[in-house]
Amino acid sequence: MDLSVINPILLLAALMSAATPILLAATGELVVERAGVLNLGVEGMMIVGAIAGFIVAVNTGSPALGFIGAAAGGAVLSLLFVFLTQVALANQVASGLGLTLFGLGLSALMGQSYVGVKPPRMADLDLGPLSDIPVLGRILFSHDAMVYIGLLIVLGVWAGLKFTRAGLVLRAVGENHDAAHALGYKVKRIRTLAILFGGACAGMGGAYISLIRVPQWTEGMTAGVGWIALALVVFASWKPWRVLLGAYLFGGITQLQLNLQGAGVAIPVEYLAMSPYIVTIIVLVILSADKSRAPGSLGRIFHASH
Amino acid sequence: MIRLEKRPQPSRQMALATPLLAVLATMVFGGLLFAVLGKDPVQSILTIFWQPLFGEFAFYYRPQLLVKGAPLVLIAMGLALGFRAGIWNIGAEGQYIMGAICGAAVALAFYPLDAWWIFPLMVICGGLGGFLWAMIPGLLKVKFGTNEILVSLMLVYVAEQFLSSMSLGLLKNPEGYGFPGSRNLQQYASAHNAEIIAGSGMHWGVVAALIAVIFAYVLLTRHRLGFAIRVTGEAPRAARFGGVNPARLVLFCLGASGMLAGLAGMFEVAGPAGQITIDFNVGYGFTAIIVAFLGRLHPIGILLAGALMALTYIGGDIAQSQLGLPAAAIQVFQGMLLFFLLALDVLTNYRLRFGAAEVA
Amino acid sequence: MTFTKLMATAALTLGLATGAFAQDKTKVGFVFVGPVGDGGWTYEHNQGRLAVEKEFGDKVETVYVESVAEGPDSERVMTQMALDGADLIFTTSFGYMDPTINVAAKFPNVKFEHATGYKRADNVSTYSARFYEGRAIQGHIAGAMTKSNIVGYIGSFPIPEVIRGINSAYIHAKKVNPDVQFKIIWAYTWFDPAKEADAAKVLIEQGADVILQHTDSTAPQAAAQKAGNVITFGQASDMAQYAPMPRVSSIIDNWAPYYIARTKAVMDGTWASTDTWDGIGPGMVGIGEISDAVPAEVKAEALALKDKIASGEYHPFTGPLKKQDGSDWLAEGETADDGTLAGMNFYVEGIEGDIPQ
Repeated sequence: MDLSVINPILLLAALMSAATPILLAATGELVVERAGVLNLGVEGMMIVGAIAGFIVAVNTGSPALGFIGAAAGGAVLSLLFVFLTQVALANQVASGLGLTLFGLGLSALMGQSYVGVKPPRMADLDLGPLSDIPVLGRILFSHDAMVYIGLLIVLGVWAGLKFTRAGLVLRAVGENHDAAHALGYKVKRIRTLAILFGGACAGMGGAYISLIRVPQWTEGMTAGVGWIALALVVFASWKPWRVLLGAYLFGGITQLQLNLQGAGVAIPVEYLAMSPYIVTIIVLVILSADKSRAPGSLGRIFHASH
Repeated sequence: MIRLEKRPQPSRQMALATPLLAVLATMVFGGLLFAVLGKDPVQSILTIFWQPLFGEFAFYYRPQLLVKGAPLVLIAMGLALGFRAGIWNIGAEGQYIMGAICGAAVALAFYPLDAWWIFPLMVICGGLGGFLWAMIPGLLKVKFGTNEILVSLMLVYVAEQFLSSMSLGLLKNPEGYGFPGSRNLQQYASAHNAEIIAGSGMHWGVVAALIAVIFAYVLLTRHRLGFAIRVTGEAPRAARFGGVNPARLVLFCLGASGMLAGLAGMFEVAGPAGQITIDFNVGYGFTAIIVAFLGRLHPIGILLAGALMALTYIGGDIAQSQLGLPAAAIQVFQGMLLFFLLALDVLTNYRLRFGAAEVA
Repeated sequence: MTFTKLMATAALTLGLATGAFAQDKTKVGFVFVGPVGDGGWTYEHNQGRLAVEKEFGDKVETVYVESVAEGPDSERVMTQMALDGADLIFTTSFGYMDPTINVAAKFPNVKFEHATGYKRADNVSTYSARFYEGRAIQGHIAGAMTKSNIVGYIGSFPIPEVIRGINSAYIHAKKVNPDVQFKIIWAYTWFDPAKEADAAKVLIEQGADVILQHTDSTAPQAAAQKAGNVITFGQASDMAQYAPMPRVSSIIDNWAPYYIARTKAVMDGTWASTDTWDGIGPGMVGIGEISDAVPAEVKAEALALKDKIASGEYHPFTGPLKKQDGSDWLAEGETADDGTLAGMNFYVEGIEGDIPQ
């Protein structure tokens, strides 16, 4: 056992990159849930985003266009969810599960001819002198653009929810859709936009895996990240900054686990792998005593009766 | 402009017609998908829906429908009780795993003892394992008001890791040359959940599923508790005024669904699957949620939905093998089926109105 | 109705309803555990299937079902293939072992081939590849080329197959470089590209400049490429898109020769139950081209080692070898027997760390 081989600077730097997919997906889902909609189809939207982004990036040679394609792919799939839950007023749990099932199948069909293809590489962002700052430069300023875009999205969501009128309306819709409707807000339109945003974020999160973190396409490659993103939203008690914290914590446990193994520490991998979920449950329990709780209308179907 | 208008009463005709419409629509759109993939659409649909039931080898596939459908029905039946009351247990997969581990652990603890009471004991422990696992979200909800959807979902991943730890460690077959996985219970007569009539596919899990359906039917239509469940789902506040104890209802619904999921896992590990392995769970717990909704949360409906779902799995595999359809196409096909069912369900509770929306 | 059903069931158990009927085409079924697009294990088995089709053309018909869960689903799929008249069925995952034996008992006239298992019957053969032979060559190149003397190894699950590979690679790395040290990370998954990528990055950050992987995705290759001076080896498939650097060579699962030979045996009526465990010699384990990033003399040594293993002149597990705990395992010149190798659950002397339990 030799713990000195673990370089905390590199560990933290790796963390920022490793946490980006769940961060993106969870931030999107947070907005969806704040609007009062529970979309369990994150995994499906992520994998469709992963292949859509991959296809666009390979065919155009541009990873940046790939991410736009991924956002579009995730959003298009989420339209299906919009139709089911907002137009046909179907149950959200079942619709979300169906979306994941459908997305996994669809992505596999789309990706049939992309197995073994190497995508264009996304360069790390050149931040000039910032990257040369000792310690902090390596941790904070040596990543690809998507890491920063992910952080900007968190910032934007936080500011948007907190300070803008649109954010206020969105939260009102999520807390009590009947009251929001009575006040004249377009509940369905707002929820539709939120779901599309969630789909786009999930799609980009998926593409981060297929274009940067891995990068390759294989069927089912998101391997359950979408479910972790769902857990993360709850863990964060529907607050953007806590999503960021949670994403680093969730990603950090995996990174730490791998680092400890590499250092020769005998750790029970399975039990460590369970820990984020158990921690989430504990957080849920603690939160229940707290005022910050789930949006009031979460998961409930809205139909304007008059 | 099309508008939805809530019906005063859910339409019975529509409740019966929409599932058929959905299956029909899935056949049409699924057929289109298969055509796009370069397969004969009619033949593909026939292979999926017709062959397992009436094809040359139906004598084999019909019993297999029971094997594949039984765990789905058993789990979905329990889930439907909760869903009706607005209690969302979506962690049946975890309860299924824990039931299987508990059941198998009992058998393996007594191996190779030959005794009649081993299998009944496994049934009890399997049910108990699932029950206790579901009690976690149940008690947390009652005590602290935590959201059971999320807690039960989180516990699925905990259970999966536990499964992997068990198959690599404690329950590993000591004569298995170091490979992960437990002893095969099919080769341990006292613990084997064998077919009751050979070749019929009818094992104790199928019997349990049928009992669960009958039990749930009686409960929902004849019993006070069933009434409480229905009222709570439809009008939670009225239920409280009507004297329903919501905490007890939560515990009952989660406990019952957990127990049934645990039983399903136990019957599966002792019978068709035979052993605990890393990949023992194949998603029955999640598919059962779909089955519950397909069946409109009604016992008879769930029975039919379980059979339909099992049919698409079995027929799907046949279509893969005979027509070379990729597995992903079958997945998309199943997704479509669910979407159409969910989307058309709106017609049961709402009427479509054409014309401009009136100003309220 | 009941009577016909009974008859049919009887026919099933007697194996009459099988491919025993005269057919002009030999039908070969494949049961796959993952999707054919996984780019690794199942992908290579499917390549073997395509090779059978190419070899025999019209005389053969192949069918496959992908992503078949181990357990009752696999049993049903195998039965279905047998009912549909398959003459030969390849079941390509360890978890299909008991289902294969069960189905084979019902269809005595259908031949079954189970990959990586240890249970056989009159109509069930087993086959597996001696991947550890390829690991020896990887170990040699790794030991010769590492500058940091740290070799990273990504394992899937701690099972004999993987442990064997680690031991073989270590023994041969140590031979050329006594200072070499192995860092092993268990991913606890067969398939999770993101996790594999993370594991590779961690190993690189902890100083490894050679990454060996026992997981199938190219994720570690991409991680190594990004890091720069790190070499890797393709796993399962050649992964040539990462040559010449970081991928300097590869172990290729080449099932085609075996699948063709067994299909031929069924056609000729010479099929018999066997236990095949083939390595480099018969071509089941392919060594991908060693790229120019490897110094010429190392490449020559590696190729010489390959030839010696292929000819049977040299066994990668040849004594003197001790177990990790210091106890004697193989005496001077003694080679490991297949039984010990099949169930290998210990590290050889020099490897640090414990095998997780």
